[in-house]
Amino acid sequence: MAIKTTQFLNMGPQHPSTHGVFRMMLELDGERVVMCQPHLGYLHRGIEKLAETRTYPQIIALTDRLHYANAFQNELTYCLAVESLLGIEVPKRAQYIRVMMAELSRMQNHMIFFGALGMDLGALTPFFYSFKDRETILDFMEEISGARLTFNYFRIGGVKEDLPEGILDRIVAFTQRLPKIVDEYEALLSGNEIFLSRMKGISVLSKELAVNLGITGPILRSTGIEYDIRKAEPYSSYEDFEFSVPVGTKGDNLDRYNLRLQEMRESNKIVRQAAERMPDGEICAKVPKVIKIDGEGYFRTETSVGEQGVYIIGAGDKTPYRIKFRSPAFVNLQILQYVLPGVLVADVIATFSTVDICMGEVDR
Amino acid sequence: MVSIGIQFLVAIGMLVGLLIILLSSMWLERKALAHFQYRLGPMRTGYHGLLQPIADAMKMVVKEMSIPSGVDYIIYTAAPFVVFIPAFMVMAAIPFTSTIKAANLNMGIFYVMAVLSISTVGYMMAGWSSHNKYSLLGCMRSIGQFVSYELPMGLSALAVIMMAGTMNLNNIANAQGCTWNIFNWYIFKQPLAFIIFFIALNAEICRVPFDLPEAESELVAGFHVEYSGMRFALLLMAEYIGLFTLCSICTTMFLGGWYGPVLPGLVWFFIKTFSLIFILFWTRSTLPRVRADQLMSLGWKILLPAALVNVVITGLLIMLKIY
Repeated sequence: MAIKTTQFLNMGPQHPSTHGVFRMMLELDGERVVMCQPHLGYLHRGIEKLAETRTYPQIIALTDRLHYANAFQNELTYCLAVESLLGIEVPKRAQYIRVMMAELSRMQNHMIFFGALGMDLGALTPFFYSFKDRETILDFMEEISGARLTFNYFRIGGVKEDLPEGILDRIVAFTQRLPKIVDEYEALLSGNEIFLSRMKGISVLSKELAVNLGITGPILRSTGIEYDIRKAEPYSSYEDFEFSVPVGTKGDNLDRYNLRLQEMRESNKIVRQAAERMPDGEICAKVPKVIKIDGEGYFRTETSVGEQGVYIIGAGDKTPYRIKFRSPAFVNLQILQYVLPGVLVADVIATFSTVDICMGEVDR
Repeated sequence: MVSIGIQFLVAIGMLVGLLIILLSSMWLERKALAHFQYRLGPMRTGYHGLLQPIADAMKMVVKEMSIPSGVDYIIYTAAPFVVFIPAFMVMAAIPFTSTIKAANLNMGIFYVMAVLSISTVGYMMAGWSSHNKYSLLGCMRSIGQFVSYELPMGLSALAVIMMAGTMNLNNIANAQGCTWNIFNWYIFKQPLAFIIFFIALNAEICRVPFDLPEAESELVAGFHVEYSGMRFALLLMAEYIGLFTLCSICTTMFLGGWYGPVLPGLVWFFIKTFSLIFILFWTRSTLPRVRADQLMSLGWKILLPAALVNVVITGLLIMLKIY
């Protein structure tokens, strides 16, 4: 009789480092992973189904709950999708405000990533460093939209309210400070010998595999493919701003980490440009009182995780017939079963952390 | 009869003193860690949260000790004591000053090493009997870690023993004993041994970056994942006692024990020991955790050869009568 030399470990949904309620079935040989099978669906709230019973403006509040750490970008994708179907031209000021908020959102999302990664690797302090700075961004968001997590600030055709007085100066002051903040992060973690040895060359993702799986966002770019929807198909006036798209070379954990820190710097440039060049004018276009859509359309944007898409089918009603959110983290999670076999349990956590998921978005 | 009575009183005094040290080092850790991280730490119980450890201890004592079904009952219940008692026994060998000490052992360091390795068995018992895969992984890691770090620790201590010509901790402190000239301390004569000893010590008490057996982000809580209430408190206390005892042995061996100018010996001893403990808190707030295989290769490929070379060099220097 053959003796089974591997053991089966069920990691999650109740586990401190699964960033919510993700579950991995791991086959372990000692501490080495032989097989990994991800399981999803523990946070399924039926948002897509729920959207079918909501009118188009009401759905904005639902999109906040997708990637709840990154709500502005979800709202942006949805609003742009509806606007493109209705053929609404959004005023320049509203577009700039949207870009500014989306990029602030990207920065704070990467700050969460930085803190959580440190936590998962056993370093406690990065979490507090990044959350202290994230607090500043959340304060801006609260001042502008009135909320700190689920904003419900963008409207079909523009934004809810104009910016409060003097906020742009403070945002510019913050953007001047941010490079120093990122330097501090790098000093804390990036140069650390233990950190490097934990991250370098672990869970390497090849270019071919990334493309075949439909991976997007920082994970795709870490493999060396320069693809960013903000550059490829600019939306909401992204073509007005100067920024570069950081690209990695190896596609390992370290690349995914470095890329996000660089992205924070680039987002910072966009925020600064938007705040400095903020045009005057309307904040919301003329939109019909009751929005009815007949037809279907897909719109996609680059969120901090990857390609966020919204597919709307309208049957001439106040509510959509069917709505589908393409969540980037859901697609990106596929890499786990390809890159994890062969690594140790400790690296499972590190790799999972660098995928940077939010279960609210994965399970919808 | 009288001497037995005095010994008994000393033992009680040590127990109480150790509990105070234990609670204060817990408080110190929470405060130090908090201030490293832009936080205040406990502030509400007493002045700057001074009573927080007592409140925590009360909570631990009062809590229910739930026993999961499927554990190996006898081993499961015995394990916390097997971990706790050896950690406490090490205290007997520590000379706080030339007079305040429980026992003047001729085999001081040898005794410490021997007793410390008993607690490894306790960790293994705890991890194995819990019937939990996380605790099993944790205990596997802890065994590997303890076995591979006791060797460099012992060898780096050997260099000191060779220089002092004794295993008696009291005499080792006396050998460095000088009120003003701190360059007599073995940390200056044996810097490599000190570094190896301190790293191995860090690994022995499972603190960041070597906290693999617990690794809360990977193994939830490692070998003590199934423990609660007082049993968990014993495991936790063993860890903090280990922190203090090992740092005080390090103080005795490398930092001249209780010797120092002006202040009384006991004060110097605690200043030195808590400085070492503070360095460990500092490391904890800065470094990420190493991986199991990296830990092994550090232990076997770097620390052990370095310690061996150090012993050889020390031997040569003693033979040539330079030291």
